Amino acid sequence: MAERQATANALPEPAARRSRLVTASRGVAALVLVLLALVPVWATVMKEPFYITLFTRILIFALAAVGLNLILGYGGMVSFGHAMYIGVGAYAVGLLSHHGIHNGWLHLASALVVGAMLALAVGAICLRTSGMAFIMITLAFAQMLFFLAISLKEYGGDDGMPIAKRSDFGWFTLDQPITLYYVAFVLLLLMLGLCARLLNARFGMVLQGAKGNDRRMAALGFPVFRYRLAAYVISALVCVVAGVLMANLTKFVAPSYMAWSVSGELIVMTVLGGLGTLLGPVVGAAVLLLLEELLSSFKLGWGTVDALIQQHWLGLIGIFIVAIVLLMKQGLYGWFVARDRRAKDAP
Amino acid sequence: MSTSLLLTQLLNGIQLGVLLFLLASGLTLVFGIMSFVNLAHGSLYMMGAYFAAAAYNAFGGSFLAAGVAAVGGTLILGLIIERVLLTTLYRRDHLDQVLATFGLILFFNEVVRAIWGPASVYMNVPTWLTGTVDLFGLPYPSYRFAIIAVGLAVGVALYLVIHRTRVGMLIRAGATHPEMVSALGVNIKGLNSVVFALGAALAGLAGLMAGPIVSVQSGMGEPILILTLVVIVTGGIGSIRGAFYGALLVGVVDTVGRIFLPMALREVLERSVAQAAGPAIASMLIYLLMAAVLALRPQGLFPVKHG
Repeated sequence: MAERQATANALPEPAARRSRLVTASRGVAALVLVLLALVPVWATVMKEPFYITLFTRILIFALAAVGLNLILGYGGMVSFGHAMYIGVGAYAVGLLSHHGIHNGWLHLASALVVGAMLALAVGAICLRTSGMAFIMITLAFAQMLFFLAISLKEYGGDDGMPIAKRSDFGWFTLDQPITLYYVAFVLLLLMLGLCARLLNARFGMVLQGAKGNDRRMAALGFPVFRYRLAAYVISALVCVVAGVLMANLTKFVAPSYMAWSVSGELIVMTVLGGLGTLLGPVVGAAVLLLLEELLSSFKLGWGTVDALIQQHWLGLIGIFIVAIVLLMKQGLYGWFVARDRRAKDAP
Repeated sequence: MSTSLLLTQLLNGIQLGVLLFLLASGLTLVFGIMSFVNLAHGSLYMMGAYFAAAAYNAFGGSFLAAGVAAVGGTLILGLIIERVLLTTLYRRDHLDQVLATFGLILFFNEVVRAIWGPASVYMNVPTWLTGTVDLFGLPYPSYRFAIIAVGLAVGVALYLVIHRTRVGMLIRAGATHPEMVSALGVNIKGLNSVVFALGAALAGLAGLMAGPIVSVQSGMGEPILILTLVVIVTGGIGSIRGAFYGALLVGVVDTVGRIFLPMALREVLERSVAQAAGPAIASMLIYLLMAAVLALRPQGLFPVKHG
């Protein structure tokens, strides 16, 4: 009797804690997704169609950041060149439309094929290095593609070129902003689901194990390089899809889509939201882009201060980024995830 | 395709290479010693150019004043950045360092836009360097020649400092065994500051030298930063020797390739195809070079030998 009492005291209902379905991070995740699902409704009611465009942009960057997070957060590979794959997707739409091909499936397929081949080649070279060199090389390859796009004089060169018609997917087109929004939203949900499955599968376990100690994973018999390359290609392809959506949103493609600062922003979004958390990149993308929007149209009626912030908001973003890095280790959404993990591990 | 054109382009390539070396040596030292990646190195180059141009215009075209302002200004700026920000970042992983210095780039770009406006700032070549030098019957601008001379002098000086002085010995030791060096009673923090400030001053010097031949404007640091990264990766991270040869290689391949590759393609391809493909391939040439080097030697051409 006394013995049973002691055991019960030592482990106060652990099962109840572990199996808890409603946690803070899940609550936040559900809230974010529900809010995102309701944006077009709200924008229509408020008669502010601009918000649909803004939030479509957020969804597209969220998609790209979720893709990047797969290798950055879970694989520990700091790619500073993922904007290149956004460029590949956007230019696939741009180039095909330029030559009169508007079939969306063809756009998507060619973007994915080209993106996969590029990612395989670039990944195979970059993954021969690690750490610092990996960061620099991915950056350099993205720059290479950036300059290639600039030198394509027939396709607008430096200035980019407008796209005459959006991708036509047969039974739906992306001409309605709301359609485009929900296509992006559904793709994001699909990607989040895929990521969750992938990360809990053997593939994701190997990837995360290799982040911690790649020699040990190799010693266990896993071909770490191949797993990493596969993860790199998958994450690149997610960014390619984001690029296809981006070209459809703006009806424009330009080399600036793959500027190195875009790659930097993708990393900022991932870290801001929470590295290696499923929904972190989505939260990060939303917060960063909304902050940019807020600062670039800053209005408090302070005259010169307003003008100064509106002109030089990018400088404030710079300070913001430095502050995040110094002060916030887990990221916004990552904080909730870490809190839940502590609650779960606590006796 | 005359010899004089080839020689001129070769010299232009060396001149670009020397500028890249000024940047790459600082960056590679900071990386080698503190294992710190400083993307804001290009911003220091930009600040150097702005300091130089501002002093040049304020002191009625004195190149000496420009030099003092550029090198001194970036030295102090480097010290401030190091003390305020980087000391807390040394212990963090590379991702945090990349992000924080990425933020710094955005910040500095806007600072110069706020102070000096969005338009380019100009400064001139000093009067005593406006002429041309006669090299084997080939006239070459004195100023560009001076850049090459300054760069090579810095290279020699760096070699002497690192291999022949006590500070250099500590720098080499700190690169491989920081804990041991600090356990032997060396102030490793002070050493870090010295190295970072030195790298910043070299970036400022590069900004000064480039000031009269490029347009000094916001964002001028990024393209050259990326070239510098290519140099470092090609040459071998952390190695001054690698930075030197890598810089010359990248400078020459980029400059000469841009002129001669389109020409060469015109010989073998149709005119219209060559016209389209030439510049495209030429602009990708150094990245292809880097990819080739990495595919064959992932450590770079001149990796640092430890132990």
